[in-house]
Amino acid sequence: MDAGRKSEPVNESTTAERKSGRELVIRRSFNAPARIVFEAWTRPELFTRWWAPKSTGMSILSCEMDVRVGGKYRLVFGHGGSESAFYGTYLEVTPASRLVWTNEEGGDNGPVTTLVLEEKGGRTLLTLSELHPSKESLDENLGVVEGLRETFGQLDELLVDLGASVGR
Amino acid sequence: MVQYTPSHFDASFAALSDVTRRGVLEQLARADASISDLAEKFQMTLTGMKKHVGVLEMAGLVTTEKVGRVRTCKLGVCRLEEEAAWIERYRQLWDARFSELDKVLEEMKRKEKAHGRRKKK
Repeated sequence: MDAGRKSEPVNESTTAERKSGRELVIRRSFNAPARIVFEAWTRPELFTRWWAPKSTGMSILSCEMDVRVGGKYRLVFGHGGSESAFYGTYLEVTPASRLVWTNEEGGDNGPVTTLVLEEKGGRTLLTLSELHPSKESLDENLGVVEGLRETFGQLDELLVDLGASVGR
Repeated sequence: MVQYTPSHFDASFAALSDVTRRGVLEQLARADASISDLAEKFQMTLTGMKKHVGVLEMAGLVTTEKVGRVRTCKLGVCRLEEEAAWIERYRQLWDARFSELDKVLEEMKRKEKAHGRRKKK
């Protein structure tokens, strides 16, 4: 009917924003109904197909999901020859709209992730929020601290090299 | 979980490719200095030194702070820039995942449609 409207370019870019000291928010829109997006997020055989794309250098070794309130998940992945796991507990499960889980691999006081799906005209706006117990925890998680250490380390090495090449 | 993107370090290495800028870093490793101190030490105009410091600043190797009329330079990483770089990497990680998710969703929709059609018959 309205061909012009159909060919309208859809904005499917991913945005990431630090909403507060403690919260990191990812947003993305999908050309699918919310129940399908929810399914792709909660069925292991579907989840494992998209969660570790090649560019991340990760591969999923196993994935278990007991998607109900109080149920556990455990995701084991390989990364450069070593194995790690992400695991936690589902706190809220509302099919096709909301999923909340803990991230316990870093200890008891890990962040809580909330997935919210809002459907509009067959499309779904996905909001993924990672709420940390403290600002320091998010800093640590973002690697800001580690990044600083690493950059300073590299700078130290460079300065040593430079000092040597100047011939002191 | 996240990997290093080379771009940040590319900027650092480009910044280090110049002999004056390497000298400035060496100088700042010994002590903080104002732009005019540095200009004088390297026998350069203020504008020229400002440019060099700007490159080092963009690469995250030097931070500057203006107090009154003096801009002091010190060795270090700008925290905000560092944080922005990490958030961008996190965004790229999810963006890559979501591109794959798009494919999975398309396939699920196709299957559902085919299934629906079969049901109707």
